[in-house]
Amino acid sequence: MKSNFLRGMNHGIPIALGYLSVSFGFGILAVESGLSVLQSSVISASNLTSAGQIAGVGVIAAGGTLLEMILVQLVINIRYSLMALSLSQKLDRSFTAPHRLLASYGITDEIFAVCSAQNGTITPAYMYGMILISMAGWVLGTFLGASAGEVLPDSVTAAMGIVLYGMFLAIIIPPSRRKKSVLFVTVIAALLSVLFKYVLTMISGGFAVIICAIAAAGLGAVLFPVSDEEEEAGE
Amino acid sequence: MTVAVYIFVMAAVTYIIRMVPFTFFRKKIKSRFVRSFLKYIPYAVLSAMTIPAIFTSTGNVVTSVVGTLVAVVLAFFDLPLIVVALAASASAFITGLFI
Repeated sequence: MKSNFLRGMNHGIPIALGYLSVSFGFGILAVESGLSVLQSSVISASNLTSAGQIAGVGVIAAGGTLLEMILVQLVINIRYSLMALSLSQKLDRSFTAPHRLLASYGITDEIFAVCSAQNGTITPAYMYGMILISMAGWVLGTFLGASAGEVLPDSVTAAMGIVLYGMFLAIIIPPSRRKKSVLFVTVIAALLSVLFKYVLTMISGGFAVIICAIAAAGLGAVLFPVSDEEEEAGE
Repeated sequence: MTVAVYIFVMAAVTYIIRMVPFTFFRKKIKSRFVRSFLKYIPYAVLSAMTIPAIFTSTGNVVTSVVGTLVAVVLAFFDLPLIVVALAASASAFITGLFI
């Protein structure tokens, strides 16, 4: 139990470091939008999501309606539903309802990615360890950015912008090298993403990711359906 | 309207989106298509989020591309996540010193 918790924390270190740098930027932005250091930090602690928070701060700063806030959060964060559904298939038997209620708070792109890359099932302790350290990085970064935004040199904060993407590559490349099905899915998703970014620019970023992911994973599922043995072996 | 109300609504919506499928979906999915789909979703999401965004992630295309190449090579050789992530950032930083 305890070793699972520590293993989760250990696997969460790159996430926490990435979050520290990204949320630093969020903290600066939130204060610029008129929020206090405390409000910025509470947003990060209660939401634990990047794109949704940035859009949410935009709604607050513009004095938008609560309905607008709800719709914005729904559209940007609906991808978490897909991730939660996918992850629900990998949970250990010890993952009872109270654990699910608690751990679901911490389903982020990165935590989801690292959890799904694990072989076998996921225990509550493992997820808690990862969520705890990631959240600490996210909230601390927000606090630091909000209270002391312009202390770090630009060259450092700029270079920190690639940390999370580097981690994403480290998650998708090894299985892509081993399995042509995964390689196919990642390449299709990347091509579609480039298409949305440069050609179909009227689709917002949040929607674009949803469409790319559904199309690529759907095509992959049609062309390379997984066999039962493959699932038992994990990955 | 106070900021606290906005924050509460934001957090509640985000939590419900995550909590409902995670908590109430208990049974193993039978459909082979859906199981395959859910298996591929993480790779598809991450790939779409990373490309092309990574090429502008440092605010400079040259340092971003160098960082990306370093990450691709190290990831190809199965290095740990933290090593790949920090090496990408460090190489982007060092490249930035020369341009």
